[in-house]
Amino acid sequence: MPTNASAAAHALTDVAASDSTLRRFLHGLPGVDAVGLEGRAASLGTRSIKTTAKAYAIDLAISMVDLTTLEGADTPGKVRALGAKAVHPDPTDRTTPPTAAVCVYPDMVATAKEAVAGSTVKVASVATAFPAGRAPIAVKLADVREAVSAGADEIDMVIDRGAFLAGNYMKVYDEIVAVKEACGAARLKVIFETGELSTYDNIRRASWLGMLGGADFIKTSTGKVAVNATPANTLLMLEAVRDFRAQTGIQVGVKPAGGIRTTKDAVKFLVLVNETAGEDWLDNHWFRFGASSLLNDLLMQRQKLATGRYSGPDYVTVD
Amino acid sequence: MSDATRLSVFKTYKLYVGGKFPRSESGRVYEVTDSKGKWLANAPLSSRKDARDAVVAARKAFGGWSGATAYNRGQILYRVAEMLEGRREQYVREVADAEGLSKSKAAAQVDAAIDRWVWYAGWTDKIAQVVGGGNPVAGPYFNLSSPEPTGVVAVLAPQESSFLGLVSVLAPVIATGNTAIVVASEKSPLPALSLGEVLATSDLPGGVVNVLSGRTAEIATPLAAHQDVNAIDLAGADDVLAKELEIAAADNLKRVLRPQPVDYAVTPGIDRMTAFLETKTVWHPTGSLGASGSSY
Repeated sequence: MPTNASAAAHALTDVAASDSTLRRFLHGLPGVDAVGLEGRAASLGTRSIKTTAKAYAIDLAISMVDLTTLEGADTPGKVRALGAKAVHPDPTDRTTPPTAAVCVYPDMVATAKEAVAGSTVKVASVATAFPAGRAPIAVKLADVREAVSAGADEIDMVIDRGAFLAGNYMKVYDEIVAVKEACGAARLKVIFETGELSTYDNIRRASWLGMLGGADFIKTSTGKVAVNATPANTLLMLEAVRDFRAQTGIQVGVKPAGGIRTTKDAVKFLVLVNETAGEDWLDNHWFRFGASSLLNDLLMQRQKLATGRYSGPDYVTVD
Repeated sequence: MSDATRLSVFKTYKLYVGGKFPRSESGRVYEVTDSKGKWLANAPLSSRKDARDAVVAARKAFGGWSGATAYNRGQILYRVAEMLEGRREQYVREVADAEGLSKSKAAAQVDAAIDRWVWYAGWTDKIAQVVGGGNPVAGPYFNLSSPEPTGVVAVLAPQESSFLGLVSVLAPVIATGNTAIVVASEKSPLPALSLGEVLATSDLPGGVVNVLSGRTAEIATPLAAHQDVNAIDLAGADDVLAKELEIAAADNLKRVLRPQPVDYAVTPGIDRMTAFLETKTVWHPTGSLGASGSSY
């Protein structure tokens, strides 16, 4: 990176010097043109991706899935089954790529780690009192440390939306920095819960706040509220990571999560990635889908491309 | 304003899929004419993607419909007959146009179709007594057989009998708890598309019946090969097409009902219902075999 980029990076480190500089920076970000943003996301969604491009997109999307189970009723058996599925998504066709990761609660990390041992599949764990994030900081950090020591490769944290909405940006920032430190070598994904942030301006501010705090990934949502990942809010976050890299030289990943169920939707997101952030992000190191039912639809479409016949839910696992 | 100056209001015929009335995903339509070649309406020309969507809708509806009590299914089917009766005039006109019949002959067809629907409505809670029941076995067990619906059934409606034939192949499929994708008569799809409007207002859950219009061969081919379709009724296929479809259907062991000459005017018997039923048999211990020696 040229020197003026590192100068800019240096300028950004000063941003978090105090509450007032941080607020000034975040409120100084340009406002979002909501109609333009939604229009752009919708128009990119009309691209027709067929035949070989579709086959490429399906395999890429499969390799980007964070196969997720975040239920109170998760059992070790279910987590093992999920791990097996992540390693070989379609046991009848070993050319199917493995998924990027499995995503579980912290107490299931050890089980998940065993289930995916010897493969490229990573284990991600939600932490910091997911999904609400309403716990004292000490508890949140302990949550993170437990998950990391159990072997998690990636940590998905939630920001304190209450503090963010109250304008207490410094508190959110400090938490992200502290969690990042507790992560050690694990990659940190920061969840904003965009459905609770009310405005696109807030999503842009949260994106920058997360990246300033040291996030390796910014992630839309927990999947536990009514509005989850949408093309528009993902597009906005993709713009933010693109601009952040232009200013600082640091590349940050994006993970839309929740509500992406069909291959068609997934391909639309990949188009957004390619057209906004660029090809550098078309890799599971930089872009992920947080999903559970999406994988089955991707597998059915993959079977359809391979055989020419429509497949059905009888030919993929029930999870 | 006098009648002479009133502009005619044309009806847009649409598909019926998942309880909604979409146009074909392909955006295509084709001209439907009466028996003399006069234009009647444009009908949607469905593509294989419409067929795929219909299968998804039918699969989604299967749990609820097959799980509904037979009594409830009977009530809903009877309600369909009531709604058909209210639209009798419309069907008489559509059938007369489609098949080139006089008004009275068309009326006889429509009446027979409505009566047939009532007939099948009555069968929903009786078929189990006829083809199921207790089996005598050599052991202290109850052994019970009960007929279960096969699943998602693709139905190619008869080409010639646009309404009575349609009802005669559709009603037996759904009466027993299957869900259906109907491919309407290619030449005369209008009565079938209008039937969708009746089904939508009869308490029949969306997706139980899905009606597609278009080229039979184009829609039937992906349906016959579809891995999530459990059975196919080939009533509307000619010999060459039927053979092709049967080969495609063999891949996931679909139940296939071959086309056969049928007189739709006579009482049909239960063959079309049993064609899409499977028998489940359970063994159950009779209970205490106490000191009394009684098996009950």
